[in-house]
Amino acid sequence: MENAISFNIKVWRQAGPKEQGRFEVYQMQDIPTDTSFLEMLDILNEQLIEQGKEPIAFDHDCREGICGMCSLYINGHPHGPATGATTCQLYMRRFHDGETITVEPWRSAAFPVIRDLMVNRNAFDQIQQAGGYVSFNTGGAQDANALPISKVDADEAMDSASCIGCGACVAACKNGSAMLFVSAKVSQFALLPQGKPEAARRVKAMLQKMDELGFGNCTNTGACAAECPKQIKLSNISRLNREYICAKLAD
Amino acid sequence: MWLTNSSVGRKVVMSVTGLFLILFLTFHTLMNAVALFGFKYYEAICEFLGANWYALVGTAILAGGFVLHIIFAFWLTFQNRKARGNDRYEESAKPASVEWASQNMLVLGIIVLCFMGLHLCQFWAKMQLPEIMGEHPQSGTDALALAFGNWWTLPIYLVGFCALWFHITHGFWSAFQTIGTANEKWICRFKCIGWWWATIVMGLFAIEAIYFTLHFNNIINC
Amino acid sequence: MEENIKPVIDSRIPEGPVAEKWTNYKAHQKLVNPANKRRLDIIVVGTGLAGASAAATLGEMGFNVLNFCIQDSPRRAHSIAAQGGINAAKNYQNDGDSVYRLFYDTVKGGDYRAREANVYRLAEVSNNIIDQCVAQGVPFAREYGGLLANRSFGGAQVSRTFYAKGQTGQQLLLGAYSSLNRQIAAGKVKSYNRYEMHELVIIDGRARGIIARNLVTGKLERFAAHAVVIATGGYGNTYFLSTNAMGCNVSAAMACYRHGAYFANPAYVQIHPTCIPVHGDKQSKLTLMSESLRNDGRIWVPKDIEDAKKLQKGEIKGSDIPEEKRDYYLERRYPAFGNLVPRDVASRAAKERCDKGYGVNNTGKAVFLDFSEAINRLGIDVIRQRYGNLFDMYEEITDVNPGEQASEIDGVKYYNPMMIYPAIHYTMGGIWVDYELQTSIKGLFAIGECNFSDHGANRLGASALMQGLADGYFVLPYTIQNYLSDQITVPHFTTDGPEFDEAEKRVQANLDHLMSIQGKRSVDSIHKELGHIMWDYVGMARTKESLETALKKLRDLREEFENNLFVPGSKEGMNIELDKAFRLRDFITMGELIAYDALNRNESCGGHFREEYQTPEGEAKRDDENYFYVACWKYEGTDEKAPSLIKEPLHYEAIKVQTRNYKS
Repeated sequence: MENAISFNIKVWRQAGPKEQGRFEVYQMQDIPTDTSFLEMLDILNEQLIEQGKEPIAFDHDCREGICGMCSLYINGHPHGPATGATTCQLYMRRFHDGETITVEPWRSAAFPVIRDLMVNRNAFDQIQQAGGYVSFNTGGAQDANALPISKVDADEAMDSASCIGCGACVAACKNGSAMLFVSAKVSQFALLPQGKPEAARRVKAMLQKMDELGFGNCTNTGACAAECPKQIKLSNISRLNREYICAKLAD
Repeated sequence: MWLTNSSVGRKVVMSVTGLFLILFLTFHTLMNAVALFGFKYYEAICEFLGANWYALVGTAILAGGFVLHIIFAFWLTFQNRKARGNDRYEESAKPASVEWASQNMLVLGIIVLCFMGLHLCQFWAKMQLPEIMGEHPQSGTDALALAFGNWWTLPIYLVGFCALWFHITHGFWSAFQTIGTANEKWICRFKCIGWWWATIVMGLFAIEAIYFTLHFNNIINC
Repeated sequence: MEENIKPVIDSRIPEGPVAEKWTNYKAHQKLVNPANKRRLDIIVVGTGLAGASAAATLGEMGFNVLNFCIQDSPRRAHSIAAQGGINAAKNYQNDGDSVYRLFYDTVKGGDYRAREANVYRLAEVSNNIIDQCVAQGVPFAREYGGLLANRSFGGAQVSRTFYAKGQTGQQLLLGAYSSLNRQIAAGKVKSYNRYEMHELVIIDGRARGIIARNLVTGKLERFAAHAVVIATGGYGNTYFLSTNAMGCNVSAAMACYRHGAYFANPAYVQIHPTCIPVHGDKQSKLTLMSESLRNDGRIWVPKDIEDAKKLQKGEIKGSDIPEEKRDYYLERRYPAFGNLVPRDVASRAAKERCDKGYGVNNTGKAVFLDFSEAINRLGIDVIRQRYGNLFDMYEEITDVNPGEQASEIDGVKYYNPMMIYPAIHYTMGGIWVDYELQTSIKGLFAIGECNFSDHGANRLGASALMQGLADGYFVLPYTIQNYLSDQITVPHFTTDGPEFDEAEKRVQANLDHLMSIQGKRSVDSIHKELGHIMWDYVGMARTKESLETALKKLRDLREEFENNLFVPGSKEGMNIELDKAFRLRDFITMGELIAYDALNRNESCGGHFREEYQTPEGEAKRDDENYFYVACWKYEGTDEKAPSLIKEPLHYEAIKVQTRNYKS
């Protein structure tokens, strides 16, 4: 079962947000195929440290596909070639002996590079702060079962709420649009009765913030949904449009 | 005004004008189809759509739709390129489910625009425009004869139809998605309807163009 | 029995019967009026369930909150990775649940080493948490009738676990994060992302601020407040390989500990029974498979040692072994709870089988978790609906699909079993806190996994989320006012006082030192070595000898760290290796603390198992006569010196202390 592959890895190195970046190629020898992609980068970093060089900076944390921190653009795909998986859930058995693997950061004006493969996704927090919540104070809730919610709606809301905020949608979109991310949150609340009272306010505020932060316009190419590690559906975007148009027409 | 200063608003403008243009194309091809049954019927329609007030209003609205659609297309594309940032990906792969057309709408649109320019010169400039200017317009059949008598007209038209087909297959469902009428089921349905609609409308246009070419070059005579 | 131990610290437990303590407390505590709340600043370090919910709630109340996290967004905190669910005593399933029963199960699950009053309060507010989260729009699983669904979890005989697919932690954290965002937008909470707390600042004996490093610019910055709350999680990463996130660390807690905050029960480390086994020496992290899998999955090893040997050599597969040759050892040993025994029991049972040679993978360190019976009974669709995402995750990592039929023997269909093995998951020990969640330093509070209070020696599944949110939403926001009520006349602090100067100098000196060693070894290589020492000698089964060996090896490792560490790059700007080196120093100190506590506790209980203290059947043997206390460790000035022990005796009024029994 113990297979190992050797390959070249071409990594984007950039010292800081304003510095000029460039690619560097490293050789990797005999990496077991059951190593995860990030463990492979750990091995590479150990090699670099051994040579007295600075390791490659990349975001990662939970390494089980849920925190949304990892954000590598591998061989032309955000989170690499696997579908429905984050970078940390990608294993080397997906790659071949002798190939060159290209690793880049998310590239979008709204996500400036901090260093190497690390980008600043603060814009996502700002969008959420604009309205991604239900306004009520701790302690003010009624009994949880006093509000029955259809299972179908609850399940659909759950699907939308699975978004991990990694930014792969923006990275995949040729327009640098954040519509899938915004629509996932808007949909979750639009589908649930708790979100209804301030639905119009929410969608207007979140969308305005998204536009302000320099994300692009959605042209429905669907690359976001195709590359989303949590398989957030494209129909969320239609729901977002609907909510927004209705809110605006009601003004 | 949310239609201009919000991303969804701008897309709504694209969507509504796009749907309107699809509707126009549909009427256009149906009217052309009349010629397949006899040029005298076609003449009657040309007569009806001369420089009457309703035809002029229609033309103005139509032109407005076109202009809006085109201006917004360039505007959106400019913004989108800006949003993409300065550094491009070294390597990027298109996911299988992403239509080629959806990523090349502007290019397709520009091809259509060029084709439209030619088309307007060949027909509108000789039919409605002179009438507006108070001059004597050419008859529809004469215009057809003049245009399709040229050997190069047909290939250019076919390229234009092809571009339009791609443009519409994406534009159709995308428009419904943008105005918020789609959901998981209806995205598939709109895609399917859009495909058939584009194929029928463009197919009909192509048949007409081929027929006119054959007819006015005296290859067939019916 | 508690008469033997002289109380030396005050846990400030309110008077009255256990069921009335919290009500009484709230009725009589001091509050801060709204106008005064605006004058008070609170630092909350951490944005997990406890940190985010506390920061949001304190902001809602009107306090000025400064909230820190090391990740790029508050939403990334590791609470997000909790899969299974959250307990509450709602009794929606009409199966006899109650606040008392949740309280009882938690105390019993914790092997009678938790503080009764705290646990009762936890069970009491558990119901409010569910109400709160539903109101926030958390999409919990529901029945077709529209009401909330529940499932059962280890250590309980009722279905009281609320869940949102296999992503309950994520949904609860995003709920808290949404409330936090609302307060950030309102200007009540200031959020500092990619900041790491490096030092606590104490002025006149009270916690008044922190020194934090901006991880992007590398600059040290000073922050002052009237009170400091740390919600920085557990210390599982001391073991290098754990289910914790890569960034989880104990440095903030260690900074408090070095200033005199007691560290309680560090030996209580939870080893989760259902993790994907270690596959190689390059591995950086262990992946947890949710405990909810034990609802339908059955754990087994072969009955026959020959079969086990063949499995280890790779000659046969698990699905080749028919039903009658399988040993469902949990069902055999614990008929009443079966596969749903508490985590510590399940983990030890797995280790026992593997130590006897029945392990099922090439390293002999794995057991099977099998869904054949459940799939045959309910159909693959039902099972996939329940665990589909976990099956996919397992397949992505191991290349084996547990939902795929692998064989048919005598008309019985067998599916690929999962392989699992115990791994470090959660730490019950933590900073000592009193009933008000205040540490032994005035004005310093600890909440969530970071404190020690509610789980005793072992935590039950789906209780971590409950505790984090209970502390953050419903407990701390009350109790902190009792402290702050006499602070209203204290003006906002400036950060240029001598205490801040000194604290910053200490941190700077430490960073300078780490950069100046210029030895040969990377941070990770030393951390891995630390992990090996901890797992081998302070792991699932400890002995006096192993712990003494560990302490010796840890001293040598510290030597190695201090003299042979290599950190590339510079002090200025971002330096990820420097961040890790800073944390590793604290992990080594933490490792020693765990070993000291484990060595002191001459008994087996919950997550702490001393081989010398077990029954003939191999069950943990407690010593209530001598160890019915919380072990609080006090820092003695330097990391090299052994900490001193202070005991907080436990008093049980509502529950009779007895031997845990999951057999009948």
